[in-house]
Amino acid sequence: MNSEIMERLNRVFRDVFDDRRLTVTAATTANDIEDWDSLTHITLISAVEDEFGMKFTMREVVGMKNVGEMASIVESRRRR
Amino acid sequence: MELPGFVELKRNLKKDMSSFPAVTAAVIGDCATQHFSAALAGWGYTVGIRYDIFDSDYDQIDAQTMDPSSELYSHAPQNVIIVNCTQRLYEDFCAFPPERRAEFADTKAAAIESVWKRICDSVRTRIIQLDFPEWDDRVFGDYASRTPESFIYQLRRLNGLISDRAKEYKNLFISDICGIQSRIGEQALRDDKMYCVGKLPFRTDALPLIAKHITDIILAASGRFKKCAVLDLDNTLWGGVIGDDGMDGIQIGELGTGHAFTEFQRWLKELKNRGIILCVCSKNNDSTAREPFLNHPDMVLRLEDISVFVANWQDKATNILSIRDTLNIGLDSMVFIDDNPFEREAVRSLVPGITVPDLPESPEDYVSFLRGEDLFGTASFSSEDRARTDQYRAEAERVGLRSRCADYGEYLRSLEMVAEAKPFDSFSFPRISQLTQRSNQFNLRTVRYSEQDIADLAADPGCITLYFKLRDRFGDHGLISVVVMKKRGKELFVDTWLMSCRVLKRGMEEFIVNKMISVAREAGFGRVIGEYVPTAKNSMVADIYPRLGFTPAGDNLYSADTASFTPNQTYITEEK
Repeated sequence: MNSEIMERLNRVFRDVFDDRRLTVTAATTANDIEDWDSLTHITLISAVEDEFGMKFTMREVVGMKNVGEMASIVESRRRR
Repeated sequence: MELPGFVELKRNLKKDMSSFPAVTAAVIGDCATQHFSAALAGWGYTVGIRYDIFDSDYDQIDAQTMDPSSELYSHAPQNVIIVNCTQRLYEDFCAFPPERRAEFADTKAAAIESVWKRICDSVRTRIIQLDFPEWDDRVFGDYASRTPESFIYQLRRLNGLISDRAKEYKNLFISDICGIQSRIGEQALRDDKMYCVGKLPFRTDALPLIAKHITDIILAASGRFKKCAVLDLDNTLWGGVIGDDGMDGIQIGELGTGHAFTEFQRWLKELKNRGIILCVCSKNNDSTAREPFLNHPDMVLRLEDISVFVANWQDKATNILSIRDTLNIGLDSMVFIDDNPFEREAVRSLVPGITVPDLPESPEDYVSFLRGEDLFGTASFSSEDRARTDQYRAEAERVGLRSRCADYGEYLRSLEMVAEAKPFDSFSFPRISQLTQRSNQFNLRTVRYSEQDIADLAADPGCITLYFKLRDRFGDHGLISVVVMKKRGKELFVDTWLMSCRVLKRGMEEFIVNKMISVAREAGFGRVIGEYVPTAKNSMVADIYPRLGFTPAGDNLYSADTASFTPNQTYITEEK
């Protein structure tokens, strides 16, 4: 897993969930973070798109299982 | 203007807003509105208001407005925000019978209006309706624009119909999302994926700007808006320096680089026509500074467009404070426009509350930039707005007369003032409502009333309403004071007394109090009770009741006996 992407994703997660101590790994899922509901998911997706200058597809938004999947989509598509 | 992002606004929700004034709102929509509501509440923090928002669930417009026991009605919020989206509109259009497509906009407008009607019939509230950002399915190509059966034709017509019908509702405002989209672009406003997965009509990135627009409407409607622009001259209103370059050296006119300044002056003139007071504040000799306004053929702004003209070599902060004193308006309602960053910084640090936009370096960008800053929103417009500049100019002539009179009494006598006092009538509703919204200083209880409220007060047999007009030999002040007295047994309670500060110290206060008492006496009331409710801005009237003959009657309350009251002296004749 690209550690630079994971590091930046972690920053986005901390920002969105407003939790300075939050640390995500490739295996982290929505069940692991209390506030990660469908509404925050949308906020998170937008924030990640913004951070990396890329877009997720609709299927990816509803289909991604964990942070690792998110990171690999980012890696394949990012522009910054 | 760089706006905070959505995530930052959401973080604001956790901050302490307990010292901010509360604004209650309900958000209803034909789409998912939770992110929208969160952005709005978070934006409140940036402008010092604490939103208390009831967000109805997805697609609850009809349920919330048809059911008399709905949460919307039981919350009775100050604002109802109706979020209709273009995505849903298109779904409805596609489901509409093809042979009736040309009537789609009318049908939809009637449905939207019926929502407004239901709300107005049930609660007293301000309605903010979002209009529809344009989106074209390209099924007809450009032929759509001349084809009533096309979606974009019907959408544009619907936006027009909404505007037309909104005019009939005094307390209804349109949030122009279509206008926002034309500035930021369709790609920046909507994200099809987000509508598919969550029925979100707008990108979360666009929500801060939308929240700002809606909040600006609410702030303007509650009296927070700009009234005055103070303008620098050299390299702001024209190119070059009049003192060095002279009349034929400055750049202004339709040709060449002067065109940018002409465009800017045109825009300022439009502001003036809509009621913004223009003032000049320039480091120049007075006569040099005035000359282009008098004699340059290409100037758009003329001396009569400028309410207060200050050109001298004093520092600008001092001059701006003296302009404020002449106009009697709050510093937070003033905007200072100057091309020089040093002057801007000095004014910003020495004049608290004034808005000082960082004008771009190149003059052709002035208008675009200031449009983008969106500083001059308003929540009302009446014919009096257009006459405001003349009123402030007449005021300058009065100041001249005063300096020639031996004493103040002689000055007041020589003004030849005539006042009129009448119960509220329908012609005056807009102006009265506007005064209740914009008067902060001479306002005893600072109760804000919408036009509909004013109409209701006028019809209420439990109320005695009065408005006052004043004119003198220099001009007509128009409608400058409002009094609402509520019947309480044998007493009248002064629910509202406010007055425009531009007629202070003319004896109008005395005239009004005399009138309050005589009207009360004629209607058979033994006592008039006045109350002073202190705010951050109205200390000037803290002792007005005792000063004009009322006696203290407890906590900020004052009472006057109508039978034994001695009228105050004034130099104002009443026109019957």
